[in-house]
Amino acid sequence: MEELKVDKHIQYILSIEKEKDSFMALTMEHLRMNGAYWGLATLDILQNIATVDQNEVISWIMSCWDEESGGFAGNVGHDPHLLYTLSAVQILALLNRLDILDVEMVSKYVSGLQNVDGSFAGDMWGEIDTRFSYCAICCLSILRSLDKIDVAKAVDYIVSCKNLDGGFGCTPGGESHAGQIFCCVGALSITGSLHHIDKDLLGWWLCERQCSDGGLCGRPEKLSDVCYSWWVLSSLIMIDRVHWIDKGKLTKFILNCQDCENGGISDRPDNAVDVYHTYFGVAGLSLMEYPGLKTIDPAYALPVDVVNRFFFPE
Amino acid sequence: MHGRPRKPQRAVDAAAATANASKLQDLQSQLIHNHHLRLDFDRYTNEAISVCSKLLEINPEINTAWNYRKFAFQHNLHETTNSEHIKSLVDDELRVVEMALRENPKSYGAWYHRKWIFSQGLADVDFDREFLLLDQLLQADSRNFHGWNYRWFVSKLKDVPDPEELEVSKEMVMTNFSNYSVWHNRSVLLSRLLNNKAEGFFEREGILTKEYGFVHDALAAGSKVQSGWFYHLCLLHQTITPNEISLISSWPPHESALVLSAIRDTGYYFTNTRKLPIVLYFNQTVKGVNSSSVIVNSMLFKNEELVWKPLPPTKSEKAACWVTYLQFPDMKSWEAKVYVIEVKIDHSEAIISSCSGSRSIHPLNFRFTLSLNYDNLEFAESVDELLDWTDVESLGVESNDLVSFDQSKLSEDLVSGFSKWQMQTISGEINLIETLSKENCKFDKLTLARLLIAHNAMLSHKTPVTERQIHFREVLELFDDLVKLDPKHSKYYEDEKSLVLMNQVTFDKKSFSNHCSSSRNYISSKLHLHGCMQLRNLSLTRIGYVERLLWVQVLDLSYNKLRSIEGIEALQLLTCLNLRNNQICSFTALQPLKLLSYLKVLDISFNDIGAHPVDTARYLFSSPSTRSVELDKEFLEDYCRSKVDITNNWEAICLFRDLQLHQLDVKNNAVADKNFRDLLTKALPTLMWLDGERLR
Ligand SMILES: [Zn+2]
Repeated sequence: MEELKVDKHIQYILSIEKEKDSFMALTMEHLRMNGAYWGLATLDILQNIATVDQNEVISWIMSCWDEESGGFAGNVGHDPHLLYTLSAVQILALLNRLDILDVEMVSKYVSGLQNVDGSFAGDMWGEIDTRFSYCAICCLSILRSLDKIDVAKAVDYIVSCKNLDGGFGCTPGGESHAGQIFCCVGALSITGSLHHIDKDLLGWWLCERQCSDGGLCGRPEKLSDVCYSWWVLSSLIMIDRVHWIDKGKLTKFILNCQDCENGGISDRPDNAVDVYHTYFGVAGLSLMEYPGLKTIDPAYALPVDVVNRFFFPE
Repeated sequence: MHGRPRKPQRAVDAAAATANASKLQDLQSQLIHNHHLRLDFDRYTNEAISVCSKLLEINPEINTAWNYRKFAFQHNLHETTNSEHIKSLVDDELRVVEMALRENPKSYGAWYHRKWIFSQGLADVDFDREFLLLDQLLQADSRNFHGWNYRWFVSKLKDVPDPEELEVSKEMVMTNFSNYSVWHNRSVLLSRLLNNKAEGFFEREGILTKEYGFVHDALAAGSKVQSGWFYHLCLLHQTITPNEISLISSWPPHESALVLSAIRDTGYYFTNTRKLPIVLYFNQTVKGVNSSSVIVNSMLFKNEELVWKPLPPTKSEKAACWVTYLQFPDMKSWEAKVYVIEVKIDHSEAIISSCSGSRSIHPLNFRFTLSLNYDNLEFAESVDELLDWTDVESLGVESNDLVSFDQSKLSEDLVSGFSKWQMQTISGEINLIETLSKENCKFDKLTLARLLIAHNAMLSHKTPVTERQIHFREVLELFDDLVKLDPKHSKYYEDEKSLVLMNQVTFDKKSFSNHCSSSRNYISSKLHLHGCMQLRNLSLTRIGYVERLLWVQVLDLSYNKLRSIEGIEALQLLTCLNLRNNQICSFTALQPLKLLSYLKVLDISFNDIGAHPVDTARYLFSSPSTRSVELDKEFLEDYCRSKVDITNNWEAICLFRDLQLHQLDVKNNAVADKNFRDLLTKALPTLMWLDGERLR
């Protein structure tokens, strides 16, 4: 079987940073904060985070902070949003530099986006989605500030997005989707509310995402894709049903999507690689206990040693 | 990025790409520049707005560009009161969204911008245009969930009645049976109509029967169609939902006579906890169990002082199993008589089903008696002998245990049954799937297995045991077939099978008695316990049907393949538990044991604890990682002084510090080294035997 090309992937991650002018790099510019998180988290799982200049990263992150609102933008000059605020907080947690944050202001930004029904808007314009519930809950838990929001209502809203197939959608009535399921299961895990889930029902729906090629897909009758290795696997782990899929076959599928020459992982075999799929591929392998990788926490999407710091501060 | 080939670009393409890139870069920096201009007047010029439009046409993902548009829209709106002008402003935005959706039909920002514009309520919505747009988009990609979500939005805005949308979903399913999105939409509409008892949807059973007919057409069209099977499962769940809440078992059992004793002679081993549980097990998850919905009448206790707790405890206080503890303050003040205790659940409507919201409950009374063995009132010394599990053998059945078996199940006429419609529907489906069934279709087999399990649950107790055993065998065979047919999901089938095995073993008295052993022979001079159950070497991967085992005090589950013991918390009397030689992977997986206050003897040797870096039970139970247990500072400092590595051992510490074990076996787990033994002796001051060696 093909092995994980650790060195190639490290090189690949470090190289994207330099390539800023290609069309693909430019279409990603607005979510550079997410990209930075995917890249740095990959490096950490590969036990290589020391290869980046941490001070440079941190000063760039802080230049994306909007002092007025307290949120982070996807890049310098862009508007703040929960999606990027979570990534920024995750990166600082990864680098063990949460101390430079104005926790008060950041948690004020996040808690200010909660609506009376418990749902969360992504930013001041009010788009509602359970993805944002996850971002808010994960972010505040890392900052030890969950008391700033109405957790019970946040949980109620997520539960109102539960479907008869056991999965979750963006908003009440929305179709179940593995990415959305991750967000909801993750938020329920962090708040100790997994009892709202029918683990067998959801577990079966999730394990049926494994296609004949060994890869996982995001919804019934869809093609497999490396990124779902993360969304599906992490959800299955949180509800203790990950043994219901064939890990050997999935490992093979992910390894087959590597670009063995230039590093990086793509969505499907022989497609173009990107940092997003590289991260989810490597994180998926970590969830399957692939040798040599740091173990990642399925709810916080950060290495377990990083997450343990939130619970057991030295 | 999805679906782009990896191979390097041709030179012509590369040149075009460079040109595109510089155009994009130019537009992006112009937008950010404009967005940050100081004066509104400069910021929202027609030229600046058109830069934004061009940018979104190429890359609709840029959130800030949509935000800029919203600001600009608000700014321009402020400048005018002319309704024609307003309408043209709205139209401009709708057009930009349509262009953006042409580039990326899954752009969150574009879809939301459209919703945002409409929710301003500035101009009449041209619904024909919106539904036409939806038709085009869903024709291009019938699974685009953004489109479906937008459909919910528009039909709500237009106030389209649900039955109309239900008709649309029917037409769409007919054109493509494997469109899961439409099936999903249908399930949402239908359950909403049924729950609201909408006009034409009063008659739940008739409607569901029609839905079965509908899904049969889809299934007949091709068994490769996953979506139809998922919908079928959804119907099955709605069919077997119990009509009313009812109690299915309790401890103490109805009409039982308990003799409490402090000594090891007869009766229940009444530990120095001085408390006795009352356990209620309902047919479904309920909330609202408290001292006003469940009345305990006796001369010994004040009902209103009893606190009912869900098992397992959850933040939303919902569970199928509930417990309260009768506390005995001072044994000496007891009179030498038999106390009658009556438990009453009536029509108070205070107990609510958490799945259906139904308040209809089958009223029920049960009673038992308590008396105290007066011969010896001093509490016995803790049992300090080593319990040897190898003594455990099936040595014939003592009558006592079988009494427990019969009593813990409430008599059938006390328990509400299933309706005729439910039984007929399930039998009908079984026949139909059997005739429909093709060789080697896993969905056929799985659905059939699920139907048979549902059918089995509906069979009356009067059904001959042989008939039921035939059912069990059939289901087990189906799962064996499935393991062969679909090996990548073999562990799912094994877990399902495990529940069937538990059902089979605990269902009738005969097979049950093969697994009960006599306490008198069993641990003869050691612990004097009734209720010994031996479920050794059955290939169990998880446990179930715990409501039939509420009376069990000694449970031998060794030599199985258990990964989880979830549900065991219902066995409130459990004192000795043998989990030797199973597949438990972490201490967190054992967290349910913390809810067993009688537990004294535990064997978890020969498991996989510590062998796996990924802990799959990490978020299931109350623990520091779910923020439901905070390790107090003093406690942490105490451990730090003793040089125990808390960060890497918190799972073990959180488990053991809440147990009062006398005897523990942990050997042959990856975790069990010398340091770990030190940790155990610290966390478990009550421990006397560790891995067969005397500690204190
Ligand atoms: Zn993908």
